Amino acid sequence: MTNAVQAVGTPFSFFTMAYLTRIGNQCARTLTEFLKGLEECSDASIFHHTFQTLGSHHFLTEGFSNDFAQWVLASANRDELAERLAALDIRDYLSIAELRTDLRRVMTAYCAQYPNYAAQEALEPFYFCEGVEVTEPLGLIAHNLLEFRDGINQLSHASFYFHFISSRLRLHLRTNDFSVWLENSLGLETLANKVNRIDVYTNTLDSARASLVRLIELEDEKA
Amino acid sequence: MTAAQVLNRIPLEDYAPLLGKPEIDEMRALARPLRRKAVQMVNSTAVGGGVAEILNRLIPLAEELEIDIHWDVMKGGADFFEVTKTFHNALHGGTYATRAEDFVIFREYNRRNFEMVRHDAEFTIIHDPQPAGLIEARREKAGHWIWRCHIDLSRPNSAVWGFLAPYISQYDGAIFSSPEFSRQLAVPQYLFHPSIDPLSEKNRELDDEFIASVLARFSIDSRRPILTQISRFDRLKDPVGVIRAYRIVKRYFDCQLVLAGGSASDDPEGAIVLDEVRREADADPDVRILELPAWAPLEVNALQRASTIVIQKSLREGFGLTVTEALWKGKPVVASAVGGIPTQVIHKHTGLLAHSVEGTAYQIRYLLSHPEIARKLGEQGHEHVKENFLITQNLKNYLVLMLSLSRAN
Repeated sequence: MTNAVQAVGTPFSFFTMAYLTRIGNQCARTLTEFLKGLEECSDASIFHHTFQTLGSHHFLTEGFSNDFAQWVLASANRDELAERLAALDIRDYLSIAELRTDLRRVMTAYCAQYPNYAAQEALEPFYFCEGVEVTEPLGLIAHNLLEFRDGINQLSHASFYFHFISSRLRLHLRTNDFSVWLENSLGLETLANKVNRIDVYTNTLDSARASLVRLIELEDEKA
Repeated sequence: MTAAQVLNRIPLEDYAPLLGKPEIDEMRALARPLRRKAVQMVNSTAVGGGVAEILNRLIPLAEELEIDIHWDVMKGGADFFEVTKTFHNALHGGTYATRAEDFVIFREYNRRNFEMVRHDAEFTIIHDPQPAGLIEARREKAGHWIWRCHIDLSRPNSAVWGFLAPYISQYDGAIFSSPEFSRQLAVPQYLFHPSIDPLSEKNRELDDEFIASVLARFSIDSRRPILTQISRFDRLKDPVGVIRAYRIVKRYFDCQLVLAGGSASDDPEGAIVLDEVRREADADPDVRILELPAWAPLEVNALQRASTIVIQKSLREGFGLTVTEALWKGKPVVASAVGGIPTQVIHKHTGLLAHSVEGTAYQIRYLLSHPEIARKLGEQGHEHVKENFLITQNLKNYLVLMLSLSRAN
């Protein structure tokens, strides 16, 4: 047995995270109001409509990115702007402040370029909400690679999302809990990098999990 | 108040084949810190109506998670329920001629129910306006009190809302079914989408034989495309517009239309709308107008499952649980972009949205021409409901709310 399947560092504790949606007091009926909302809403609201929504719509793999882009497409009917907002990849951001800056930049440029569209009323208003988060240990712990694989197979979507996607905001690193543990506790840097390259926009959470499990099993076979 | 008896008990484990065991395990993990905590739910009726239906499912599931939950029903006389029905209509935007005695009756019946408030409860959840005044029985900010509003408050009558708002502002939070229904309040407001029970008669799996028998009973041809709208005969559901859209589609596809809803016999306005619908159908043999007794859940289930496309062409909508039901059954849905529908029908992802008769017809034609796209929309719609609009998610929302309130202290 090599280091790949033996515990050499701290064990991995699996958690779950669940959200409650809190309704904010802001709503936007035009792109101008929407831009103002983006400037004034809480960090929790930006998180809710980007990171959190990707988790609750994980089964969509084509063209769905965040609530902002979806509203611009379906209610404000501005395809080009929707594409630009959808192109913002949450994995590029280590803080909500950075993500907000880019959202504002895209919106400001569009509203300046098309002031008539910016003032048009959308079919449905956009309501700014925010997530109230609770985390809870699942009582599931992995000491080695195979226990880790088994744990991953037992995770709910929310739990997988917590460790794999939203962890980068917590870690302030372009990585995830799984890769950090694989590298730091098992010394599997190559596997950690492969895991981090699994695309969450073109995979469902289930297919991302299947890819991760496959990578772990290949590593185990090598060992 | 009296303790309500739960009618149907479905074990939490029965949901595992539908949701996956990890989702059930997660719910147990979230409930662990809430074990043996006392929770009181209060509403105004034990049977009939959507709230009682939800509580009948929710309470046993919470009990299974070892939460010490009690469901109590407030007592009221005919005069009280007459007042609260008037309030209900006024809160939905109906007219209301202010009568001071209405407010006296409301206060008096709420006061008479004070003694049933369980002061040992850590969480008290009051459903809808009828028992909202019970908050005044709370002892010195004890426990956590939440008001769960199941109705559309987007255009409330100002006199009735002005009377209720001071009660609501005494709670620790309020729950609404849509951001649009929320009000400017000083207390936190939470969003709990309405939900369906996948194991109820209206939503559970049916065998093909039963579905075929329902189609045969209503003379519906299973070999040709079936377009269906399930809704009461109400102008806001635009059944006439649905027939007009069907007529456009019929020029290109040999399809049938099913309009099924509750009986209009005890609803004078429903009877008028039903006449309008029959006139518009003009005895077309491919248009089936079905008045179903008490919404015949198994028949509705079968009609939805047999449909090629489900339509919901509402002009105004609360959340639109008939859309949720159709999506759960993996059906491609064409629906109006109103109320809670866009939350469920994410355009081009979980269904198609339309804004007019012509748009509805076009989207139906598009799906009939592209069955592989219709199938994919249906599959994604099913996943969307599974993730977001099932009774288990509703229970999870309550768990998260209780955890976050207890940890905020």
